[in-house]
Amino acid sequence: MTGPALQPFSSENLPLVEKTDDDEGGGDTIWPTVMLEIKNLRKSFGPLVAVDDVSFSVRQGEILGLLGPNGAGKTTTVSMAAGLLTPDRGDVLIAGHRLAGDTDAAKRRIGLVPQDLALYDELSARDNLRFFGALYSLRGGALDDAIRRALALVGLEERARDAVKTFSGGMKRRLNLAAGLLHDPDILLLDEPTVGVDPQSRNAIFDNLEALKARGKALLYTTHYMEEVERLADRIVIIDHGSVVADDTLAGLQSRVATAGGRPATLESMFLTLTGRSLRD
Amino acid sequence: MALIPVAAMVRKDLQLFFSDRRAVIMSFLVPIAIASFFGSIFSGPSRNAEPARIAVAIVDHDLSAISRGIVAGAQGDRNLKIDLAAETDARDSVRRGRTVVAVIIPAGFGDAAGRAFFSNGEKPPLGLVYDPSRAMELAMVRGVMTEHVMQAVSREMFSGDQGRALVEETLPRVQSSTMPDDQKRLLVEMLGSVQRFYGQSTRAGGAPQGITMPYTVREEAMTAGSNIAYNGYAHSFGGMAIQFLLFAMANLGIEMLLERQKGLWKRLRSAPVSRATLLAGKAASGTLISLMTLWVSFAFAMIVFKVRIEGSVAGFIGISIGVAMMAASFGLLVAALGNTPASARGITTFAILIMVMLGGAWVPAFVFPRWLQQFTLIVPVRWAVDGFDAMTWRGIGLSGALMPIAVLLGFTAAFMAVAATRFRWEEA
Repeated sequence: MTGPALQPFSSENLPLVEKTDDDEGGGDTIWPTVMLEIKNLRKSFGPLVAVDDVSFSVRQGEILGLLGPNGAGKTTTVSMAAGLLTPDRGDVLIAGHRLAGDTDAAKRRIGLVPQDLALYDELSARDNLRFFGALYSLRGGALDDAIRRALALVGLEERARDAVKTFSGGMKRRLNLAAGLLHDPDILLLDEPTVGVDPQSRNAIFDNLEALKARGKALLYTTHYMEEVERLADRIVIIDHGSVVADDTLAGLQSRVATAGGRPATLESMFLTLTGRSLRD
Repeated sequence: MALIPVAAMVRKDLQLFFSDRRAVIMSFLVPIAIASFFGSIFSGPSRNAEPARIAVAIVDHDLSAISRGIVAGAQGDRNLKIDLAAETDARDSVRRGRTVVAVIIPAGFGDAAGRAFFSNGEKPPLGLVYDPSRAMELAMVRGVMTEHVMQAVSREMFSGDQGRALVEETLPRVQSSTMPDDQKRLLVEMLGSVQRFYGQSTRAGGAPQGITMPYTVREEAMTAGSNIAYNGYAHSFGGMAIQFLLFAMANLGIEMLLERQKGLWKRLRSAPVSRATLLAGKAASGTLISLMTLWVSFAFAMIVFKVRIEGSVAGFIGISIGVAMMAASFGLLVAALGNTPASARGITTFAILIMVMLGGAWVPAFVFPRWLQQFTLIVPVRWAVDGFDAMTWRGIGLSGALMPIAVLLGFTAAFMAVAATRFRWEEA
């Protein structure tokens, strides 16, 4: 297997390119390099077109919030970005490299945090991470260091040897995040990573994500919680019926929607304006 | 193929397997317990042990010298456990399953049998009331009783008072009969000789013998060697280990479906690992667990029940690996064809029970009808069981293992091919 040399997850890791200031994202630092580019993706399942001509990109040090009603095509898009599904048309580019095939080395630069708690309950936190790290050919001291750092980041060092089945929902969510970070990916795909967790764990996860952003990681974040996107996202893509209906910063979106009294519209009201109020299955 | 991910999958699956106490008990302890039970039943008598006697009741309505001779002969037979009873009690005992056969000797049996012995007189019936669920034992009792009846009748006819009276009664009837003169003369001479024989044997004393079996039987069990007894535990441990490792591997397949439901396969597939590697990892861990199940069972049988590999050790190892690979690929097949864990569980249990039943894992395949013996060659378990029999108590060399190994690997390839093409990586 070939690919870029892996570095264990470390707060000391240097960014790949030099930082530059950028006004977008409320003054946060964003690198100019596009890490993930989604180009004209289309995916259908039989007669159902789940994703149709979707394009957007995520740069280093950027959190992109991907919003959409149920069945809008978010998970299908994330699955194609992670290499789980092959698009009917279009490309997924990882730092300019077209993602192709299950064993493409570019997949090492992607970390997936699925919506499901994709963990083995009977195994300890450490053994879970040991297994997931080995899938990226991590081993020996490098794997041990990566496990230690990932557990430290999500605050689970003390419970490393405990079986996951003894963890609370919030702890499992944090471990789920740690499993996606273990191999120090440049791109993190987060599919509703805070479902069912208490405010403390949610806040801890937000802190983790902001720390990752500060280290230059590119984060694609899907959620139904508008306040999460308002807090975290530098840019927001709203998708509906398989197509992108908006791609802008929060301020940019607010400027599009006129509200009574001149107050800025909330993200939720903008979302409903763009996607409609009809119930989705 | 990436070795680190495969090794990690094996390690993870072994950890999961041993963390599930129920799976461990089902895979190691239960087959040992059941195989010990079946082995004790099918082992047969050891060389010095008494055979299990068949319970037979005899109802003697005749009370003649001949009927008493029959009873005495049966009581001395090492194959029968004789109980003298009234007819009502004997029939009730058979009905309740306590007695296999009730032999009913009707009144006048001795006289009628004696007359029929020397002439074409009417043959008296010997009643056999039997338990229909034990037809094989009935056949054996019928044969044994024939021997004792012939012995008792012939002994009485050539040396007893009843026989003497019958000969004296028969001689005048023969002389006055209408049969051809030459035949009449020969028969009278024979009966006269019998009368003279009575006189001599009475003066000489000694126990009369009557007609006895004109041969003896020398039995030789065809096992691995002349000094090696058949060990039924070899068969039962092979059969039970195969059954329970199939259950363990089916469970591994069902675990794959549960992992898919939990979204774990998404995480696995987001790594730069091919689908073939993921399936190979599962197959490797399944093969290892199966091998452990097999060898722990056989190790127990070797230590406790003196089961030995009388054939080829290499052949035994080869068949073990073939069985383990076949079982592991069967687990993948379950994962590929099962829609949900619940539906897969039900169908799989049925399929495994059919396979082990037809494969001779419970009872040896030779008890099947001939057509079924041929038909069951399409069942992989049959090859596995026959292969282990060949390498253990039959004592056949490596050549006897080659065909079973080839067939088991063929099934492995077929199961893997179906699994690789049919496994759904995404939850529907």
